[in-house]
Amino acid sequence: MGIEMSQLFWIVLTFFILMLIEGFYCITMTYNLLRVLIGLEILIKAVTLFIIFAGYISGNMSLAQAVVITVIVIEVVVVVIATGIILGFFREYDSLNVRNARNMKG
Amino acid sequence: MNIMIFLLVLLVLAALWAVMTSLLLRAAIALALTSIILTVLMFEMGAPLAAVFELSVCAGLISVVFISVISLTHRLPLKEYLDRRKNRIGRFWFLPVLLVIAGLAMFYFKQSFDMRLPAKILIADVRVVLWQLRRLDLFGQIIILLAGVFGVLILFGGSKKNGN
Amino acid sequence: MTYLFIFVPFILLVILNLLPKRLRAAAFYSTLAMLAAQVVFSPFEFVKPAQMEVIFGFNLIINNLSVILLMISGLIAGVSLVAGWATLKDDDKKFNFISLILLSVIGLNGIAMVKDVFSLYVFIEATAVATFILISLNMDKPAFEGILKYLILSVVASTLMLTSIALLIISCGSLGFSDIRAFIYPSGGTIFSQAAVALFICGLLIKGGLVPFHGWVADAYTSAPASVSILLAGIITKASGVFTLIKFMTSTLCFTTSIMDMLLFVGALSIVFGALAALGQKDIKRILAYSSISQMGYIVIALGTGTPLGIFAALFHFINHAIFKSQLFVNAAAVEEQTGTRDMDKMGGLAQVMPVTGVTSAIASLSTAGIPPLAGFWSKLLIIISLWLSGNFAYAVIAVLASLLTLAYFLYFQRSIFFGKVPADLANVREADALLVSPAVLLSALTVGIGLAFPFILKLFMRQ
Repeated sequence: MGIEMSQLFWIVLTFFILMLIEGFYCITMTYNLLRVLIGLEILIKAVTLFIIFAGYISGNMSLAQAVVITVIVIEVVVVVIATGIILGFFREYDSLNVRNARNMKG
Repeated sequence: MNIMIFLLVLLVLAALWAVMTSLLLRAAIALALTSIILTVLMFEMGAPLAAVFELSVCAGLISVVFISVISLTHRLPLKEYLDRRKNRIGRFWFLPVLLVIAGLAMFYFKQSFDMRLPAKILIADVRVVLWQLRRLDLFGQIIILLAGVFGVLILFGGSKKNGN
Repeated sequence: MTYLFIFVPFILLVILNLLPKRLRAAAFYSTLAMLAAQVVFSPFEFVKPAQMEVIFGFNLIINNLSVILLMISGLIAGVSLVAGWATLKDDDKKFNFISLILLSVIGLNGIAMVKDVFSLYVFIEATAVATFILISLNMDKPAFEGILKYLILSVVASTLMLTSIALLIISCGSLGFSDIRAFIYPSGGTIFSQAAVALFICGLLIKGGLVPFHGWVADAYTSAPASVSILLAGIITKASGVFTLIKFMTSTLCFTTSIMDMLLFVGALSIVFGALAALGQKDIKRILAYSSISQMGYIVIALGTGTPLGIFAALFHFINHAIFKSQLFVNAAAVEEQTGTRDMDKMGGLAQVMPVTGVTSAIASLSTAGIPPLAGFWSKLLIIISLWLSGNFAYAVIAVLASLLTLAYFLYFQRSIFFGKVPADLANVREADALLVSPAVLLSALTVGIGLAFPFILKLFMRQ
């Protein structure tokens, strides 16, 4: 039982890291602001998966579900606000090109 | 366990499709598809309440929001759009290669952990945990929702004033 | 008493929004009164032993650390409110500003009082969401650019913190601070809990704006409206970043050698990078933003020593920084309001026409650079002493040298704005509005007062 849990953990960890790579790649390599938002969404879904898996193998599913429900609420509010900001950006610049936002040097 | 591995592979492939597709609308639909696969995975792991929440909110609300924003910001003429598509493949072809390399590397360096799991908690029901033990998080959620309402009022109300 | 700090702003927010428009003028005074009450009443918790109240099922606790954050956030939010009332022009915007300040105050009070890692994360996110909307209040071009970088890095930091929470569920089984401390402290914990703590600290470093995650700081601070910059720089970034770091590390006692080494290294990098980058800036707010990164580095490096003196020095520098950085941003708001520009090359000799602003700005700059007998000198001295005593001699030398750099760029800042000759097109500039001047005077008085009274505070601390 212990060996199987450890294998399952490593497999899920692998897929979690793969999804994180996809999310980060999307954020850094895209020219369009909406795709940046999609990348952020993929990151949050990857973390949701990992939290539910943590609940599954530790048996503490009620705590993990409570955490995930709160995280989903936070995620939807952040997406709505990000959408509002993207709309404001579009109104000012008339395009969604990320390169317009690189004006200020970080 | 086989079902779980199959669903995990589907999940990563759906997210890959969302990143690599060239049409923005298809990316939004791919994101909704990722949510649906995640929901099935959560059911399989024994988290029905969270799965239903994820399905209704993420696969529903967020897709509606995305598709409405895409339709509001669609401005490019067609020729420029097709040029952009060809340029994409040049930048994005590396991603599946990177994923395969990372997957093989993780498989090769497989560690096995000594997993001392904590004692099983006796409270089995999510509703008890959420409503009794974690009321502070519920209050925090209310605050965040209020902030979201204000955000919508401020950010989207301005557009009406500018005659959009 | 504990739950009052998060309920009273909430009820005030609901009431203010339900009032008809004619009565909205009362909003400003009632909010200011509430914040003043928060500053005045929270030290009364100091004398009682730490209370734990489970009213309405909320698990909140107030200990000495929370009292510090409650007082500072009440003070800086009050200052920001007054400054906002003077600089924002539209009535609707003023009212939205008050509502959003109430929301962020609820978030900050929540951060001060929680007992649980996940509740901490929820309140950090609540404060961050309120901040996103505050920055975009003016809805002009630079605001949207600044917000995008902050948003992306904030979600990345949230991802790291949530991964850490998942690892804690696997290893500890519960997310309360006392349970985590019981798991980590005597035995060192499993590899999962060590990875969880490291990831959580990395997430907090991103939120606090330390190097190498500092990309969002300069743009967010400069593009926000003036009063929001005061709030953002003075309290919100500090509370979600370094204060939470102090609270987390002292509650879970996770001082392992590798974490302390990482903190020392990141702190030193931030100090040097912030000071060097501040030397070449032309915009008032950008130079203050890079100076903030540098000061955060001081706090983190003091925390990296792991000794009680180091932690006390870090906390004291946090208090001082909140006071003098907000002071400098209030002055920047006054200058921007009266001259209409933020470019330092175009300014000069403003001390003759804006005397109060000039004097208060000089006091704050000297305090940041660490000149005695102002408050900043004592906190920097304590940081350097704690570094020396714990054996990190190279880092102590770096801290002293960076102090000289701080003095250099602040002298440049003062000279190019306030001394010299007044250029022709700024000849009509008058002193700023009373609403902008009085908070500056208050904060300067606090800086001087704490600096002079510090030996007594130190004796009090030593006796405990």
